[in-house]
Amino acid sequence: MSKVRVLVGTRKGAFILTADGKRDKWEVSGPHFAGWELYHLKASPADPNRIYASQSSGWFGQLIQRSSDGGKTWEPVGNKFTYDGVPGTHQWYDGTAHPWEFKRVWHLEPSLNDPDTVYAGVEDAAIFRTTDGGQNWQEMPGLRGHGSGPKWQPGAGGMCLHTILLDPKNSKRMFIAISAAGAFRTDDGGTTWKPINRGLHSQYIPDPTAEVGHCVHHVSMHPARPGVLFMQKHWDVMRSDDAGESWHEVSGNLPTDFGFVIDIHAHEPETIYVVPIKSDSEHFPPEGKLRVYRSRKGGNEWEALTKGLPQNDCYVNVLRDAMSVDQMDPCGVYFGTTGGQVYASANAGDSWTPIVRDLPAVLSVEAQTLP
Amino acid sequence: MIRVILPAHLRSLAHVDSEIQLEVSGQVTQRTVLDALEAKYPMLRGTIRDQVTQKRRPFLRFYACEDDWSHESPDAPLPDVIASGAEPFLIIGAIAGG
Repeated sequence: MSKVRVLVGTRKGAFILTADGKRDKWEVSGPHFAGWELYHLKASPADPNRIYASQSSGWFGQLIQRSSDGGKTWEPVGNKFTYDGVPGTHQWYDGTAHPWEFKRVWHLEPSLNDPDTVYAGVEDAAIFRTTDGGQNWQEMPGLRGHGSGPKWQPGAGGMCLHTILLDPKNSKRMFIAISAAGAFRTDDGGTTWKPINRGLHSQYIPDPTAEVGHCVHHVSMHPARPGVLFMQKHWDVMRSDDAGESWHEVSGNLPTDFGFVIDIHAHEPETIYVVPIKSDSEHFPPEGKLRVYRSRKGGNEWEALTKGLPQNDCYVNVLRDAMSVDQMDPCGVYFGTTGGQVYASANAGDSWTPIVRDLPAVLSVEAQTLP
Repeated sequence: MIRVILPAHLRSLAHVDSEIQLEVSGQVTQRTVLDALEAKYPMLRGTIRDQVTQKRRPFLRFYACEDDWSHESPDAPLPDVIASGAEPFLIIGAIAGG
């Protein structure tokens, strides 16, 4: 029977949760790297026991850890992230020009077919790549060199590149997203990039339909249909049917269209999940009820999923990389909260149970399906 | 033999239980001590000083003989008792955060 492994990054370490295909009894391993912030862990699709982890600390900076045995043992690899050439400037909170400074790695995206190749999304926003298993990292400078960089500015959480999507049908195409610059696409393997934000409307920037400046929180893509993208923007849930060339809103009947996570059912590309959050000034679920919303029609029509989730006095947040799906049938859905709970659904969201309740604040969740 | 004491998180990272002993050739300065430390424990590169600018990370301090050497030149000679190993060179994490 297949197994599921869930990689959880938290404010104070990493945890690895494993279960068999029934997904009703879980083993918890950790904390790994106790006391450190683990913004993200992700395994290689080409070698599921090869896992990369972003380990950081306000005191000691950035480390990258690599495991070759499914997270049992780890070794630190390269942690030198140097911007290519003269870093240049972006907008600071007060509108002044501020030099690019490396702060941390938000997201690690291993290549679809080479365990030694990994992309890293960093703050201040840029994308780096390693082709030697993490020993050396090189910036892909075409993104910052696109020309709009001086107009990018940090969101409240920093100017982070948090989403990296690799097109399984076109090895030259990648999508990334930056808060608060927007979404970008390359069609030539990362040499050149273009902003793909047409249709986004953001009241909090001077020109609500500007080419860049949008606070995109997360973007999701189903591997069987890589031209269709779903986005949770600061406000608004958006959809693109043309690989980001244009977007339209699919927030529909959501109680609020602010939020961070968005994900897609493993076997149903039109079934998508979000966790509505009350507002940008109140980062918790509306009415103190933790509800995942599911649309089976690719947006607009949403149903609240509440079974097993707290429906009173719940004031946690679910951060942008903290939802994931497995590949089982029925599809498993997982998400973690800033209150330290990791919830699992083994039936595509119909009901939920907490795997763990009292971890440090969860920053990221990645589910793996193992043979 | 130079003795160096690390903060707890860096001891874990370097897989050492207590103080570290280092051989430093030539003049004993903060720079030569940190160079020797990073050569022996490469996993510490970037955690104490920036790998490009070589600047001390802001929330760390360097103490020697009950003095704060954090703002001294990295090439200034450390006291003889540090160079002889009679006293340890301390790398201290700021007391902050949770």
